[in-house]
Amino acid sequence: MDRPLTRNIKPKAEPLWLAEYEKAGGYESVRKALRTMAPQEVQKLVTESTLRGRGGAGFPTGKKWSFVPMGPDTPRPKYLVVNADEMEPGTFKDRLLLEGDPHQMIESMIVSAYAIQADVGYIFLRMEYGIAAARLRKAIKEARAKGYLGRNLLGSDFSFEIYLHSSAGRYICGEETALLNALEGKRAIPRAKPPFPQVVGLWGKPTIVQNVETLCNVPHIITHGVEWYRRLSRGKDGGTKIYGVSGNVKRPGAWELPMGTSIREILEEHAGGMRDGFAFRGLLPGGASTAMLVEEHLDLPMDFESIAQGGSRMGTGTMIVLDDQTCPVGFAQNLEHFFAQESCGWCTPCWEGLSWTERILQSLEEGQGRMEELDVLTMHTKLLAPGRTFCALAPGAMDPLQSLLKYCRVDFERHIHEKRCPWRDGHNGADGARTWPVSSSMIVPTR
Amino acid sequence: MLSDAERAEIEEELSHYPDKQAGCVEALKVVQRHRGWVSDENLKSVAALLGMTSDELDSVATFYNLILRKPVGRHVIFLCDSISCWVCGCDAMRKSLQSLLGISMGETTPDGRFTLLPIVCLGACDHAPTMMVNDDLHEDLTIEKVDRVLEQYP
Repeated sequence: MDRPLTRNIKPKAEPLWLAEYEKAGGYESVRKALRTMAPQEVQKLVTESTLRGRGGAGFPTGKKWSFVPMGPDTPRPKYLVVNADEMEPGTFKDRLLLEGDPHQMIESMIVSAYAIQADVGYIFLRMEYGIAAARLRKAIKEARAKGYLGRNLLGSDFSFEIYLHSSAGRYICGEETALLNALEGKRAIPRAKPPFPQVVGLWGKPTIVQNVETLCNVPHIITHGVEWYRRLSRGKDGGTKIYGVSGNVKRPGAWELPMGTSIREILEEHAGGMRDGFAFRGLLPGGASTAMLVEEHLDLPMDFESIAQGGSRMGTGTMIVLDDQTCPVGFAQNLEHFFAQESCGWCTPCWEGLSWTERILQSLEEGQGRMEELDVLTMHTKLLAPGRTFCALAPGAMDPLQSLLKYCRVDFERHIHEKRCPWRDGHNGADGARTWPVSSSMIVPTR
Repeated sequence: MLSDAERAEIEEELSHYPDKQAGCVEALKVVQRHRGWVSDENLKSVAALLGMTSDELDSVATFYNLILRKPVGRHVIFLCDSISCWVCGCDAMRKSLQSLLGISMGETTPDGRFTLLPIVCLGACDHAPTMMVNDDLHEDLTIEKVDRVLEQYP
């Protein structure tokens, strides 16, 4: 078995429901953990597996769990929250797991909750994932009826319940502390750290917030062991990774592959290379908030360290390709429009800086840019660097911008010299300049 | 005034949380499912039910792009404008929708059939460009396909 996370997933088919899921080896990790292992032993296996977070930051999962207070005197209830608010532009991997194998999500939550002795689990799901919501509800119901959820699971003294929380938009909800505020029914602005959620989280209680794909690795580590898990990978970090490619390639899609598969292999063998008539210019390796990589980086393995050495981040592992028919300035403008719109408005550098950045890019696209404005853009990449804003949203917005300024400088300058977007009449020109309303708060009253 | 059905659905959501405020987004969505949007009057009723002030609840409601605080048409079109869809030509879809419907982004057709809104990445980037109409995802859009999709929503 070399594709543990997606082994049960068939395109356009119904997922496996409980009886079939069990027949395929499902819930084995729950039986094994609850009957033969102490919670700390489960944690130890996850640490030894070298599993790292798949939501973008790549934090070692076992280490994250180790901060949760354990033992009889710890504050209760403790919470496990699944971050299923997948909203990083260009990212479409968690949808696949949630829709394709909902029982795997539930099993992952139970065995992970046992490891940290959590009492209650929430799945924080974005509202647009309606099919996932329906399938998760059904899976929770089936699991509860079979005794995998509720009081004294499988006759043990461990009790655990899962609820689905369906949200209502806004990218910032994916930031783990903003997500906690959202779950508490408050405006979803990030919280100051420390204290970290593992100690003071949801309603002030110890809480682990974990990405969908990360958690889905856990049952397989428990069932098949650390050695097997680490052998799945071609690099230092264990396991497989769901990689994806979107943009003007021949076969856009997502594939579960060994961690550390090279960018070139993903792009050429799996995505089929560029569509006819389109040439490769660069790619954002793991969502909208990752710096662009170019031709010279194509042989890098897609893992956390290698991509960092190339000057970017693996992020979510789903790549967005920039081609020669698409204006790089328009590309940057689209990205900065997203981040400016999605700023929660809490800290000034972010909401003020991002909207300024967007306005400059728009004026460049409209042929009204000036040379000194390129310096203003560069200045923003420094003013909004990590540590200068409340959370990672604005620094994430600056990573693609600084890389586009670096690799596509000549294109930015052409917009200024020619007083127009050279792609104007092409595939994606200045005609695409942002004239859309900012959000649904701008609904115009019915005429 | 909230209907009995709305109240029952809200109570069910509230049972998932240790305090009532935590259920406020789900409660607003219950109202929106029944009425298409959340009016000031209904927002006040939900606030009273949850023990929040209406200003407190509105500060949460207006934070979210998918809690609709103004009336919309019978069907709401959410056209993705994020990066992968933009690279794959969502601007052409926008122009096509605007000309088919005779409205701009943010507007509702005079017959009250459609409201046209932007939305961020729908997590279906391998099938860009994409849009949602109400709860339904439509992928691999072309100008011809957009036309056919609209016919499904009378």
